[in-house]
Amino acid sequence: MKDANSTRMKVEAGLQRRRRKERVFQLIGLLATAVGIVFLGVFFFSLIKQGASAFEQTHVRLDVEMSSEALAPDGELDLIYADFDGVIRSALRNLFPDVTGRGDRRELNQLVSIAAGYQVRDMLVEDPDLLGGKATIWVPTSANVDMLVKGKIDPGIDEAMRPVSNQQIRWVDQLETEGRIETRFNTALFTNGDSREPELAGIKGALMGSVYMLLVTVALAFPIGVAAAIYLEEFAPKNRWADLIEVNINNLAAVPSIVFGLLGLAVFINWMGLPRSAPLVGGLVLSLLTLPVIIIASRAAIQAVPPSIRQAAFGLGASRMQVVFHHIMPLALPGMLTGTIIGMSRALGESAPLLMIGMVAFIVDVPGGFTDPATALPVQVFLWADSPERAFAERTSAAIIVLLGFLLLMNLTAVIIRKRMERKW
Amino acid sequence: MTTRFKARLMLAILLLPGFMASNAIAQSARDYIYIVGSSTVYPFATVVAERFGRGTEFKTPKVESTGSGGGLKLFCDGIGVDFPDIANSSRAIKQSEIDACATNGISDVIEVKIGYDGIVIASANSSADMSFSRRDLFMALAKQVPGGQEGQLVDNPNRTWADVNPDLPAIRIEVLGPPPTSGTRDAFVELAMEGGCKTVPWIKALKDSDSDRFKSVCHTIREDGVFVEAGENDNLIVQKLEANPSAFGIFGFSFLDQNAEKVKGAAIDGVVPTFETIADGDYPVARPLYFYAKKAHVGVIPGLREYLREFTSERAWGEEGYLSDRGLIPMPDDERRQIAKDVRELNALSAASH
Repeated sequence: MKDANSTRMKVEAGLQRRRRKERVFQLIGLLATAVGIVFLGVFFFSLIKQGASAFEQTHVRLDVEMSSEALAPDGELDLIYADFDGVIRSALRNLFPDVTGRGDRRELNQLVSIAAGYQVRDMLVEDPDLLGGKATIWVPTSANVDMLVKGKIDPGIDEAMRPVSNQQIRWVDQLETEGRIETRFNTALFTNGDSREPELAGIKGALMGSVYMLLVTVALAFPIGVAAAIYLEEFAPKNRWADLIEVNINNLAAVPSIVFGLLGLAVFINWMGLPRSAPLVGGLVLSLLTLPVIIIASRAAIQAVPPSIRQAAFGLGASRMQVVFHHIMPLALPGMLTGTIIGMSRALGESAPLLMIGMVAFIVDVPGGFTDPATALPVQVFLWADSPERAFAERTSAAIIVLLGFLLLMNLTAVIIRKRMERKW
Repeated sequence: MTTRFKARLMLAILLLPGFMASNAIAQSARDYIYIVGSSTVYPFATVVAERFGRGTEFKTPKVESTGSGGGLKLFCDGIGVDFPDIANSSRAIKQSEIDACATNGISDVIEVKIGYDGIVIASANSSADMSFSRRDLFMALAKQVPGGQEGQLVDNPNRTWADVNPDLPAIRIEVLGPPPTSGTRDAFVELAMEGGCKTVPWIKALKDSDSDRFKSVCHTIREDGVFVEAGENDNLIVQKLEANPSAFGIFGFSFLDQNAEKVKGAAIDGVVPTFETIADGDYPVARPLYFYAKKAHVGVIPGLREYLREFTSERAWGEEGYLSDRGLIPMPDDERRQIAKDVRELNALSAASH
């Protein structure tokens, strides 16, 4: 009895200390999680606070006269050389008839984006009967007016220090009281390619570039990666060479991505003569980058298939080929797909290797194929972040939000695929 | 998930490469202009490219920002649709580059000077107005400065601006600037540092006797944490200056122009950087910007002649042109007229003139 008691007392003496240790450890874990969440929260908050306003663009209502004399002096509308900007300028002049000096007129014209003239042109292309008539249209304001209306330029500071002058602020106030100013959803952000005018700049070009690149990447990296994984797991003899290959694949997964860019430049562009700045080459480079990730994930998925399945199939007389393709592959596919999508998300976020193959470039036209010059979403973020115009700051954040949305969608797909196809044993 | 779905998925994955191969047939002749080069000229070239693309029937040129040296190397690699038509540069082409071009069959290169860019040393608006001489900048930022006696160099001991020049305030020297790969850094070193360096008589004498040593003395920036390499992103430098009023940043005038409510430029040799002082040539740290075009590509690449015309038109590079709105400092009227004429006539650089 006495012995049993003393053992219990020993245990009880230590118990408190052990429980306290556990509580402390739990607390540290909780703190670590909380710090992580706080950082993430700060990141998202600042991003959304910066970028939310970029999804809106200030517009101004103008009554334009598409007079035949101004637009088609020779009787015929020349879509390239007609003075569409002149139509916008005279509409502004009609609003402020007392602005006369040349410098003042120039300041007045700066209120409206250069996109306004193109808008008039597009209207006339769509409906040539408008020529000679009148129309009331909403056109985007210049980026500086946009910043002013959104409160990102402080009208209180000294005139010399801000990009809009006192009289421009007065004009904008007048337009606002007349109800001619409105902020609307910024469709240009999603329908245009890059531009040096912030109010015209959009991410469609970069988005399409990323899509084309990922198509190339998935089409190459998935079949090659899965085939390599199946061969290495199921068919390759287990010897020194197999070990060497395994070590190399694991190392390759950790190689800095810029190295793949250099490789791409040397092999695909200089040696094979593929075009620079093309999503085809970008996709090739990114598939090299994601291959190790896919191989590793696919091998892990194959290893996770219980040996009993394999043994049962062999026991029933299936050939090795039949075992692999009828039994192992279907069960390992969810894991392989998850690995592929995670690899793709990594590829989507890469910009360093694209630098080497000429995809960090100013490209206005939205790419229409695999060999058209293109950029990618992270590259667009990089280029906008480096632009001197103020309005690009909020657009940079907006582009990051779209990029994150894309990543979230891809990772969500990975989760859904796993949940729906996964088998529990 | 049904097996039928899986089968379709596999089929789709197998078919994709075939579909793509049919799409990726070798590219035909290029129908857009391909421009590479300096990141300083990039903001101007892209504006011209965009206006050109929107205003004409031609496609918008592709502009790659590779740095001046990298751009000229790509440019000189050869003639044909695979090689750039135009290289932007924040310095004049070197003889070695002209030679490299010539060996690759590019004999006629059209040089176009487009205007000036000032390099400013700026600080937050909340800080006091400063005025430096180029000698102050050299003494503050060089790795080694002249010691007590002639011919002697010591590691830069200066910690505060007052150490450099008793007239300056006793605040710690802290300068954010571009990395060595940048053309802005090259120009700053050449124009500001070397300018200050030459005020020391015995170093100035070195230029003729030992030009390598002269270069290493005048062009080497200190690496003890006083000068911080802030990367190529000038927006980042502006943000850091706002947060730290005692720090200074080095960048191009166009950034100062766009961020005038946040930062201001310090006077150098008594001249404050403004549009006018740089255009007049009073501000000492300013450099010309260029681009180079291949004469052999004119008439082959659609729109190249028109692009040259657009860039050298008054509405682009004139006193009130759209490039001056972006911070490019125009050349005097006569010079613009002469260069525009040369470009229209496609007058190429003569190999001997450089």
